[in-house]
Amino acid sequence: MVKKFAVIMLFICLFPALAMAEYDYINISNPFLFKIPVAVPVFKAMTETPAAEKAEGAPAEKEGPESVASTISVEAADLLAETLAFTRYFDIINRAAFLERPSETGITLKALNCKNWRDIGAEFIVTGGVSLKDGILSMELRLIDVFKELMMIGKKYKGKPGDQRTMVRRFCSEIMKRFTGGPGIFESKIAFVSNGSGHKEIYICDFDGHNPRRITHDNSINLSPAWSSDGNWLAYTSYREGHPDLYIKHLTENRGVVFSRDGINISPAWKPETFSLAATLSFSGDQEIYLLTGSGKIIKQLTRSWGIDVSPSFSPDGERIAFVSNRAGSPQIYIKDIASGAIQRLTFEGGYNTTPEWAPQKNRIAYCAMETGEFNIKVIDVETKEIVSLTGGQGDNESPSWAPDGSLIAFSSTRAGGVPKIYVMSAAGTDQRRLLDLPGEQTCPGWSPAVAAGQ
Amino acid sequence: MARQRFFVTFIMMLAVCSLVFTVACTKPKVKPDSQELETVESTLPEEETTSMEMAEQQTQERVEEEAIREEREKARQMFENENIHFEFDKSTLTPEAQEILRRKATFLLNNPDKSIVIEGHCDERGTGEYNLALGDRRAKSAKDFLVDMGVEPSRLSTISYGEEQPLDPRSTPAAWAKNRRAHFEIQ
Repeated sequence: MVKKFAVIMLFICLFPALAMAEYDYINISNPFLFKIPVAVPVFKAMTETPAAEKAEGAPAEKEGPESVASTISVEAADLLAETLAFTRYFDIINRAAFLERPSETGITLKALNCKNWRDIGAEFIVTGGVSLKDGILSMELRLIDVFKELMMIGKKYKGKPGDQRTMVRRFCSEIMKRFTGGPGIFESKIAFVSNGSGHKEIYICDFDGHNPRRITHDNSINLSPAWSSDGNWLAYTSYREGHPDLYIKHLTENRGVVFSRDGINISPAWKPETFSLAATLSFSGDQEIYLLTGSGKIIKQLTRSWGIDVSPSFSPDGERIAFVSNRAGSPQIYIKDIASGAIQRLTFEGGYNTTPEWAPQKNRIAYCAMETGEFNIKVIDVETKEIVSLTGGQGDNESPSWAPDGSLIAFSSTRAGGVPKIYVMSAAGTDQRRLLDLPGEQTCPGWSPAVAAGQ
Repeated sequence: MARQRFFVTFIMMLAVCSLVFTVACTKPKVKPDSQELETVESTLPEEETTSMEMAEQQTQERVEEEAIREEREKARQMFENENIHFEFDKSTLTPEAQEILRRKATFLLNNPDKSIVIEGHCDERGTGEYNLALGDRRAKSAKDFLVDMGVEPSRLSTISYGEEQPLDPRSTPAAWAKNRRAHFEIQ
């Protein structure tokens, strides 16, 4: 019974969604000038206490369902507020300012006095109710527009205790769908490299840094994790056998291949919607980018130029690659149209521009530029060539990686004590915050597609 | 009875006589034996002298071998300890690097049984992936130079470590200069 709930999270629409068309989507490329003020009061613990017990006034047992539900009602509300805040779209209003307590007065639109919420600056409120009965955790969540005084989303989720994180993320996805038109990033993951164990190994954590776990156990050097667009495969470079080889590994099934030719086998990037990837190989004596199948066979050579060609990144339609080449004497970013073979140099500013990452939707490329000895993240518009600096004056900032909806960028920065750690910022460079707190150096973040494999 | 005793006495005397006779007869045979022994004995010291001399000679050789080995070890250590260095974001060989590589080529031509691995390294600045490619180029330019000097290409293999294995972990210009290197390891 419980297992059934664990596998399938049931959710029931409480009411049909109202007035969907009246809401404009947030402009994802320029969203962060105005954040949406949202109130997320503590959820209501809704476990029904038996009448007889209530009459006797017996205190609830310490580990009884009521106290568990009330603990979850606080934690889940905090988690929902943090999850919304993580998107950088929302401004979470401090609970100290609240004029009423829905956890006591009620969580439905009828029970709320919307004026009380408008008066503290909220445009929306998320209310929640939690109950725990017979080992089944139920959560009711509502998104209410306090200006229009209507419920935009209402959902009820059932599962087992411990599933509240999944429930909260599902509801946040609903909210993002309503505001941005896309499902958001709450089921995405971030792969990265950490040397906390004494060796550079690959780890994967949730989009918000929660639940980091180690993927490789080589005691060697592992680098450059890259996700396939179905979220099931990870490609990376490992020195497991003593030299830099390319590992292509399924994340949940025990299969994959190792691509090992003379020289370097590095910097993998999957071609969107295909089981193929580009990587730099130097078996010919020169570092060139090739297209390989996911099972490790060379399809074709993508670059032909004496010198370094490295760090490919596909355009969302898979028709072009951005890459780094030092063919003009210093590392610069180039774009190649794969069908026509036409090559265009994209960066001319500065003497060191590397690691291009094509945005998943817009025609923009994030990259790393060295200026006056410092490394910073910039974004260049592929059409207009307009450049925006996203970091500056805070250590070295490298390896940008876009969130699947293009709203955020993960990167590594040495801003805290010179040790590289992973940070996340909005696509406009605002709200730069540390992603996770792990020992050692963390580098090479690789953000997965919207849905990624692995527990 | 008396007759019987006489018979026993007679037999015993006969036996004694025959014993004495036997001893007398074998005696001449002993002499040449001992003579042979003497000659053998006289040759023994000779042999011992030879083996001692040989041992001395061997020790001498061993000392010489050790000296040679030490010298070789020194040459080997010098070969392995002497890195070549590069400018930032460059894989071209400086005149100094070429001078060192000429010595390395001589060593390799004098030691035709030796194969080596050339490691290419970078400083920590810059991008990990680009530095892996740059390290690859650094190792390969050293290899190409040695091949031009006549070293068999099959004796030279290369590996890039990019910025992953700095000699000096500090973030100073001096440390960076030390870390931008090719290192040579005899297999």
